[in-house]
Amino acid sequence: MSLRIVVTVKYVPDATGDRHFADDLTVDRDDVDGLLSELDEYAVEQALQISENSDDDVEVTVLTVGPEDAKDALRKALSMGADKAIHVEDDDLHGTDVIGTSLVLAKAIEKAGYDLVISGMASTDGTAGVVPALLAERLGVPQVTLLSEVSVEDGKVTGRRDGDAASEQLEAALPAVVSVTDQSGEARYPSFKGIMAAKKKPVQAWDLSDLEIDADEVGLGGSWTAVDAADERPARTAGTIVKDEGEGGKQLAEFLAGQKFV
Amino acid sequence: MAEVLVYVDHVDGAVRKPTLELLTLARRIGEPVAVALGAGAADTAAVLAEHGAVKVLTDDAAEYADYLVVPKVDALQAAHAAVSPAAVLVPSSAEGKEIAARLALRIGSGIITDAIDLESGAEGPVVTQSVFAASYTTKSRVSQGTPVVTVKPNSAAVEAAPAAGAVEALSVTFSAQATGTKVTGRTPRESTGRPELTEAAIVVSGGRGVNGADNFAIIEALADSLGAAVGASRAAVDAGWYPHTNQVGQTGKSVSPQLYIANGISGAIQHRAGMQTSKTIVAVNKDAEAPIFDLVDYGVVGDLFDVVPQLTEEINTRKG
Ligand SMILES: Cc1cc2nc3c(=O)[nH]c(=O)nc-3n(C[C@H](O)[C@H](O)[C@H](O)COP(=O)(O)OP(=O)(O)OC[C@H]3O[C@@H](n4cnc5c(N)ncnc54)[C@H](O)[C@@H]3O)c2cc1C
Ligand SMILES: Nc1ncnc2c1ncn2[C@@H]1O[C@H](COP(=O)(O)O)[C@@H](O)[C@H]1O
Repeated sequence: MSLRIVVTVKYVPDATGDRHFADDLTVDRDDVDGLLSELDEYAVEQALQISENSDDDVEVTVLTVGPEDAKDALRKALSMGADKAIHVEDDDLHGTDVIGTSLVLAKAIEKAGYDLVISGMASTDGTAGVVPALLAERLGVPQVTLLSEVSVEDGKVTGRRDGDAASEQLEAALPAVVSVTDQSGEARYPSFKGIMAAKKKPVQAWDLSDLEIDADEVGLGGSWTAVDAADERPARTAGTIVKDEGEGGKQLAEFLAGQKFV
Repeated sequence: MAEVLVYVDHVDGAVRKPTLELLTLARRIGEPVAVALGAGAADTAAVLAEHGAVKVLTDDAAEYADYLVVPKVDALQAAHAAVSPAAVLVPSSAEGKEIAARLALRIGSGIITDAIDLESGAEGPVVTQSVFAASYTTKSRVSQGTPVVTVKPNSAAVEAAPAAGAVEALSVTFSAQATGTKVTGRTPRESTGRPELTEAAIVVSGGRGVNGADNFAIIEALADSLGAAVGASRAAVDAGWYPHTNQVGQTGKSVSPQLYIANGISGAIQHRAGMQTSKTIVAVNKDAEAPIFDLVDYGVVGDLFDVVPQLTEEINTRKG
């Protein structure tokens, strides 16, 4: 038996950098360093653990849709231990929204072949948290998402989803789309050996024509949503800061009373 | 007047506050038609009618509880077909976003998630979002299909606006995918008696500075003096001092209360992402250089073990 896992990973601008919009109101990717979304490291980690705990022959492929630099995200995932990588890159992809991104990912996943897709809970830039559900819809397979615990056995995936009102135990047959949260377990650091090995691992490059997608289905033009304005939020007006010299709690109570909170 | 579908978030018939906020927003663009699913669906009608729902479409099939997400998408799609609405509004919970996204794809519509405001516009609803950890405010619209928008809690006031709220059975044919993911067990979250974190008017949070699970009693005492919900930073959650359900931030809950009090929290970007849109922000931190002080309306540089109990006592005294 073999198990083919495809992990979707996004290359995102560093959240601790100074993130901005470009003139066309897409995310400015030039000014801020990019990296493998930290939340997708958890997805890579779970794929590697499933692989390590399985008697089957498991192959872990990492897949990204993104610009040239997105290769860095793939390298990181490969150095963590993934077996191979696919990079979908095309100039016409610039400005693609979640619906379009899910189309490209779904086509690439189908072309690659899969038994299990593992995604992160959300991208750290877009933070929509909807791509995994969209992938399940497009691929026509069960969605087993937002798991804080996951395991795969006998052609089934099971896991725990900690929802707002309840914690749920879920089960679905493969093939399936899974997403994992940052509660699923710390991601490993690439070892030196892993980093060296990653350099020799195959990275396949596909463009839109490889996936038989028309340029007008994606990009800014193919987007089903439009951003009309992006305004930097004015800095909050400087507040009052006091040093506690024994009365700090009382002073704060006074402030809260003045604001009618007490 | 155009109808607007509003997906109802409820627990056994008890409607959660964000849904009532959605009704306020829906009335800006049309007449709200609510969709309530699962056990107790029909019990939601009275309160929905009070807040402006002209109709309440209900279905209490067991599938909504027994399988994940897809049955609800099937139902919303059926409602969309029956009503041909001007827009579909869904509360921005983790599940709400997944339901909304799949619906949007099926009906060939664009989707905007995590709206904080919504107005009517010449080319359909104009949606406001707060992005990049609230450092930008964007205005967007859906350019194809029926706009599907998920809306964050505390984005609008709950307003009384009595309407008919006629209950109608929604007829749903489940898709082949509906039973794909089985819910084999469910442990309801225990109620603390405190307000829901995302819905609370006041949130009192503790971070690494609280330094231990037992010490969270100090944070809880302050919260109780104000009738507030309790939040925690990821550092406090990762240390096992407070449950993950209370985490505020990028990978926890996003809150937007009238008042947010951060205690022993440095104010990392991922924490700010979940609280920066709070109306009034207050912090207690012993490090004057902590980035949280850049956000505050009022800050106390001091030891939280001195300041917080004094504050709690003072509030309780003032309340008499
Ligand atoms: C992908 C990703 C997602 C993340 N998601 C989240 C998230 O959802 N929520 C979140 O909170 N974080 C999140 N983080 C983590 C975030 O980066 C910070 O590590 C975290 O917020 C720090 O928590 P803290 O402020 O409690 O701890 P610290 O940064 O260690 O700050 C503790 C503060 O307490 C103060 N202090 C200590 N003792 C006292 C005392 N006695 N009295 C007063 N002050 C005291 C210190 O001066 C310090 O400022 C995420 C990180 C990543 C990479
Ligand atoms: N461009 C992309 N390339 C690869 N994976 C992506 C991309 N965008 C989103 N994803 C995956 O979908 C998850 C959720 O993303 P989002 O819905 O954008 O918040 C991420 O954690 C990734 O696993």
